[in-house]
Amino acid sequence: MRALTWHGRHDVRVDTVPDPEIVNPRDAIIKVTSTAICGSDLHLYDAYIPTLRAGDVLGHEFMGEVVEVGSKSTLKKGQRVVVPFTISCGNCFFCEKQQYSACDNSNPAETSDASETLMGHPMGAAFGYAHLTGGYAGGQAEYVRVPYSDVGPLVIPDGLEDDQVLFLSDILPTGYQGAFNADIEPGDTVAVWGCGPVGLFAIQSAFLLGAHRVIAIDHYPSRLQLAKSKGADILDYREVDVLEALKEMTGGIGPDAVIDCVGMESHGLAIDNLVDTVKAHTFLGTERPHALRQMIIACRKGGRVSIPGVYGGFVDKFPLGALMEKGLQVKSGQTHMQKWMKPLLEHIQKGELDTTWFISHREPLEKAAEMYRHWHDEQNTYTKIVLKPEMAKPRETPAATARVNEPA
Amino acid sequence: MAKNIQDNEERDQAVVKNNRREVERASEQGPAEIHDGELEERARQALNSDSEPRAGRRSARRAQPQARARKQRSDGGSGRALIGIGLGLATAGAAAFFFAKSREDDIGDGPLLSDAPDHVLRGKALQKARNTEAGTALVGRTVTINKPKQELYQVWRDFTRFPEFMDNVREITKVDEQRSEWTIEAPMGATVKVKTRIVEDVPGTTIAWVSEEDSQIETAGRVEFADAPPGRGTYVRLVMRYTPPAGTLGRMVAKVMQREPQVQARRDLNRFKSLMETGEVAVNASPSGRKSERPTQARV
Repeated sequence: MRALTWHGRHDVRVDTVPDPEIVNPRDAIIKVTSTAICGSDLHLYDAYIPTLRAGDVLGHEFMGEVVEVGSKSTLKKGQRVVVPFTISCGNCFFCEKQQYSACDNSNPAETSDASETLMGHPMGAAFGYAHLTGGYAGGQAEYVRVPYSDVGPLVIPDGLEDDQVLFLSDILPTGYQGAFNADIEPGDTVAVWGCGPVGLFAIQSAFLLGAHRVIAIDHYPSRLQLAKSKGADILDYREVDVLEALKEMTGGIGPDAVIDCVGMESHGLAIDNLVDTVKAHTFLGTERPHALRQMIIACRKGGRVSIPGVYGGFVDKFPLGALMEKGLQVKSGQTHMQKWMKPLLEHIQKGELDTTWFISHREPLEKAAEMYRHWHDEQNTYTKIVLKPEMAKPRETPAATARVNEPA
Repeated sequence: MAKNIQDNEERDQAVVKNNRREVERASEQGPAEIHDGELEERARQALNSDSEPRAGRRSARRAQPQARARKQRSDGGSGRALIGIGLGLATAGAAAFFFAKSREDDIGDGPLLSDAPDHVLRGKALQKARNTEAGTALVGRTVTINKPKQELYQVWRDFTRFPEFMDNVREITKVDEQRSEWTIEAPMGATVKVKTRIVEDVPGTTIAWVSEEDSQIETAGRVEFADAPPGRGTYVRLVMRYTPPAGTLGRMVAKVMQREPQVQARRDLNRFKSLMETGEVAVNASPSGRKSERPTQARV
């Protein structure tokens, strides 16, 4: 089959690799019909995540058709399913508590040592990410082996397009959990850093959960416009002092909750960010958490800090004093996918969540490597890329005429 | 004041006159004035003088910067000596502090206070623990398994399922209810046979085994099942002790068994947990772009 494989920093290729096979009784094989490139794939593309190996198949946002099932799978061939990016057994203490991303069994004994040493406890597994999270092949491929297929994949009812439900695989539940973790109360102003797909879903979810006002912060005009179209007030941090602006817009109190939809590779020309960039490139540090530092300073006293953004290592210059003295509450974590997928599917069916308005590109899988480059370099134009393995081979079209859906 | 200016003018004129005189002398003794004989004489002098005076000059030239360097060194030396003394004092102070601290931290000879299993003891406490013998590796690990302890006990008691979750154990043959023979993988495709005998068996709670005397390695293991807090299943603790035998094979086995016995115990127990909770052992076998791998093999 064809699959996108990682070979090094800024080096991904669409290669021919062996087809997956059923290995365990609860497995299923999915024929991928749609798969997306995620913002967190850029952390891999930039080689910010350790333990990725040359030849690994990437991709953790995918859906498709069941083509093969193990003896204990509850899926049936031909069913259309969305697969959550985290792999969860459904049987352990954590899965029973609905803390699915903390699953104790999905990360194999051999690969869970690294994160146990680094973080005190082993991480749960995910598709197409580093070997820290299990080393399972990902979904930017024609076929994927899905373990614990009786627990993870969500069967999609007829009448819904791929594009409407694809993001149930990661970014919609992740944005939703980000807003949920902000414990939004009536009258709350919620500030969201980052208007990438997760941030955009966090904005929609914050309104759905009763936020009075959402203020979104970014520096890409098109992404800010996407946020505005869903009702958020927007701040371009190149134009304003974000801390000052947030304070002035909230009567001096500050936002009641802040949501970090940026993660470890913060943009922005700030001293701390420059230092962190140098450190990251010289292996002295792993994160560039400029946005997170700013959020903690911005948040009101006794407010809530929600961190769906991905971090993997250690950080310094962290405003711990502000966190403690202002009495902030922090909630974070990879998304407990299986907890949210069903209720969010219902929101989609009822038309309460728009899941397609920011998709800017739909391309064949064969063009995945090129799309990674665009996704990395042209974040203003490329707001979400969906890859379709079935799509006809790319016709020779000059770049200038390539389809670009201008954001609303 | 006026006299000063006049003096200066006189001195300037003297300098100018002197310079002019030198220029004139130089032009009188131009290169054209040097005749051949003189050149030969100079060359002969140069040859005869040999390396001695020149070497002397050279070494003098060399000696000069060295002397300068020495001087500089001795100049900075006093400052550095102070820093050195300061560092020395600081080190001595730190050493004294830690020595005093370590005496304070001495746990004494009384019974151990900590309510923790032996395999997490460290330092003197480890030496004091009643069942630690020199030359053995004591490793242990506890996991919570979301199943009742009776069910876990029963699977473990049937030793033949060990190869499903123990990485190094290839096969287990039951000899009788108490005894079984283990085939353990050693480096380079070799295998080691170990005969074990159950020495403690409390249904639902404890299974302990030791290797019999004619085994190639000496090992002892103990697994304990205890109720976790209500609704959370069972705490399962595996404690193992290895004594590698002498000889080449012993060293090889030791390499496998003791290299990271803690890691091995942890992985084996994690796989047991995975098998018991999910009915299968989690494996990341899946396609990759690496030619040497097959999609049905685990990737480490």
